[in-house]
Amino acid sequence: MKTPLDSIVGTLVSGLILTVILYFFVVNFLVKTTV
Amino acid sequence: MELTIVRWLHIFAGIIWIGLLYYFNFVQAVALPKAKADNTAAGITKHVAPQALLWFRWAAAATWLLGAYYLERSGVGLGNAFMLKGAAASIGIGAWLGTIMLFNVWVLIWPNQKKVLGLVQADDAAKAKAARVAFLASRTNTMLSLPMLFFMVAGSVGHGLPAM
Repeated sequence: MKTPLDSIVGTLVSGLILTVILYFFVVNFLVKTTV
Repeated sequence: MELTIVRWLHIFAGIIWIGLLYYFNFVQAVALPKAKADNTAAGITKHVAPQALLWFRWAAAATWLLGAYYLERSGVGLGNAFMLKGAAASIGIGAWLGTIMLFNVWVLIWPNQKKVLGLVQADDAAKAKAARVAFLASRTNTMLSLPMLFFMVAGSVGHGLPAM
């Protein structure tokens, strides 16, 4: 079964999307509740 | 001075680790099928890949250990980082991603690459399965390296995120 990770472009796009998701997770859930 | 040296070595080891990860993904994985097609793959699989994997896996271990030592000694605290507490939240995300990547190196990539490269006995079916697992683990680490690097940088400088 092919996945986005089978191509370099798919891997990099997945990494960028994950970065954005984690950024908003930290800003909206961790920073507000712990700082 | 001690912490500066530890952080310097942490980044040095990290460059070796992630540099080789990018070599495997951006160069070797693309070149190897072409080399196999014209029967020149042995140079890569017998000489380049084992040497690259040696530096890769030990640089990964050194990067993690130096990072953990730095977090503990710098006052951030390893526990605070992994619990994503307060100012340690950003670097904690980076630490979690780095830890998952270290797991992938030692538990998924290296044992399966040993089968692929013929360093341990395996039949053709086992080699094919091992190659797929190692490939996907390596690509997963490449994907995770982007947010890992972002949160390592953010953990140092802030810019809207908690800085150490």
